Amino acid sequence: MPERMLMSAEDMQRALLRIAHEIVERNKGAGDLVLVGMQTRGVPIARRLAATIKQLEAVNVPVGSLDISLYRDDLASLSLKPKVHRTDIPVDITDKQIVLVDDVFYTGRSIRAAMDALIDLGRPKSIQLAVLVDRGHRELPIRADYVGKNIPTSRNEEIKVEIKEVDSEDQVVIVSTDKGANHEND
Amino acid sequence: MRTIESSADTVTPDSLPPPSAAVWQHSHVLDLDDFSREEIELVLEIADSMKEVLGREVKRVPTLRGKTVVTLFYEASTRTRASFELAAKNLSADTVSIDASKSSVTKGESLADSLRTIQALGADIIVMRHSQSGAPYLAVHEVNSSIINAGDGWHAHPSQALLDIYTIRSHLGKTQNLKVAIVGDIMHSRVARSNIWGLTSMGAKVVLCGPSTLLPRDMDSFLKICELNGVSIENKIESAVENADVVMLLRLQMERQQSGLLPSLREYIQQYQLTAQRLSLARPKALVMHPGPINEGIEVSPEIAHGAQSVIEEQVANGVAIRMALLYLVAGGKNK
Repeated sequence: MPERMLMSAEDMQRALLRIAHEIVERNKGAGDLVLVGMQTRGVPIARRLAATIKQLEAVNVPVGSLDISLYRDDLASLSLKPKVHRTDIPVDITDKQIVLVDDVFYTGRSIRAAMDALIDLGRPKSIQLAVLVDRGHRELPIRADYVGKNIPTSRNEEIKVEIKEVDSEDQVVIVSTDKGANHEND
Repeated sequence: MRTIESSADTVTPDSLPPPSAAVWQHSHVLDLDDFSREEIELVLEIADSMKEVLGREVKRVPTLRGKTVVTLFYEASTRTRASFELAAKNLSADTVSIDASKSSVTKGESLADSLRTIQALGADIIVMRHSQSGAPYLAVHEVNSSIINAGDGWHAHPSQALLDIYTIRSHLGKTQNLKVAIVGDIMHSRVARSNIWGLTSMGAKVVLCGPSTLLPRDMDSFLKICELNGVSIENKIESAVENADVVMLLRLQMERQQSGLLPSLREYIQQYQLTAQRLSLARPKALVMHPGPINEGIEVSPEIAHGAQSVIEEQVANGVAIRMALLYLVAGGKNK
């Protein structure tokens, strides 16, 4: 399968730096912020954003992790169940400005599930969405507030985000699959 | 999110959580004898995530919305049944509970007919308890619903063993090389049998202890299984408990035994009750466990049953998380 690099480690770093600035600007500081990374690669991305925000604002922004397996809308049709990772949000999210963080934004279905999961945990003041890559093909009326890079794709392609903490390397690559398999990973 | 096309040969993109498919092989949960260590680990891990749900103010996730879970109990039960029902409700499944003593069974309906009726009513998962060993194995052939064995005769009680292993691991951090003494009425105990399979798969050293009359009568084959799995047998509780990391007590199942197995209850208490003195032979922070219901003052003294080392109530709480994990894993899987 042919692979092509879309973002290098430096590109990713710059995109995250910009997103961190945008988050602080939009929320007029970082006081009520909570970053919630979606399992699995959203979590290290959220941690990096929090570290950058700390440098900018000298505020420790709480970082949580969210697993959406129990909220998926396709569980009934899946014969193979996804592993359920831990949901761990260290603070009460009620009245907080939540920034959901994910690696790839695709159909929007997992963001829908994540919003349901968050609202089961409390009543945040707002939920915003930050993604490293937006690859299009939305199936729900959901948009991102902060985007690292817009990458037009075909459904036959697969976006692979690699994060040092999980994959030992930072990069975003695009892989064409000839099968046209429906690999959604938004 | 992704939709799985049809088969396991679909390439899994790296950025997705690994599907449990490669590990989980069951559409039914009948006993732990066909569970790999990896499968048990998967159940424990998912139970951990379920425990987080149980810690919330609103203990409910939409995972099994639209699924129907039927509990079919031919034997009395408080905690197992309530635990399965709560687990199903926490996952938003619809639940129906059938108490066989109050159902058409009393009008002469056979087990197979009852099962088919329940399937026709739309049960996706049937959680069943039966006094006959092997009944759930029959059920698997009668219906397409997933079957979870909630205890069959003297044979197996897999969800209990899994919650025991989960409880041990959450306290001691591991199961490998732990000495687990199971004391009491081994012969009539499905809990002991499932725990032997589960604990030995997880690397624990199991010691069974009880009067010879309460060890399985079919000794030859039983001893062979024990030997294969490194299970030892002690007649004296002191040797079984010595240096144990876990002491698991079993209830004397009076309802299953005819007289003659014990000289007297008093003698059993004298020789086998877990007392503070006997527990002091175990490791300092050894856990005291019991699948319940407890006959206080018979297999365990009251101060130990409610003492600092007892995790008996925690076992009950963990049961809900384990059963949520099992329901999650068997639900919907129509691949077999």
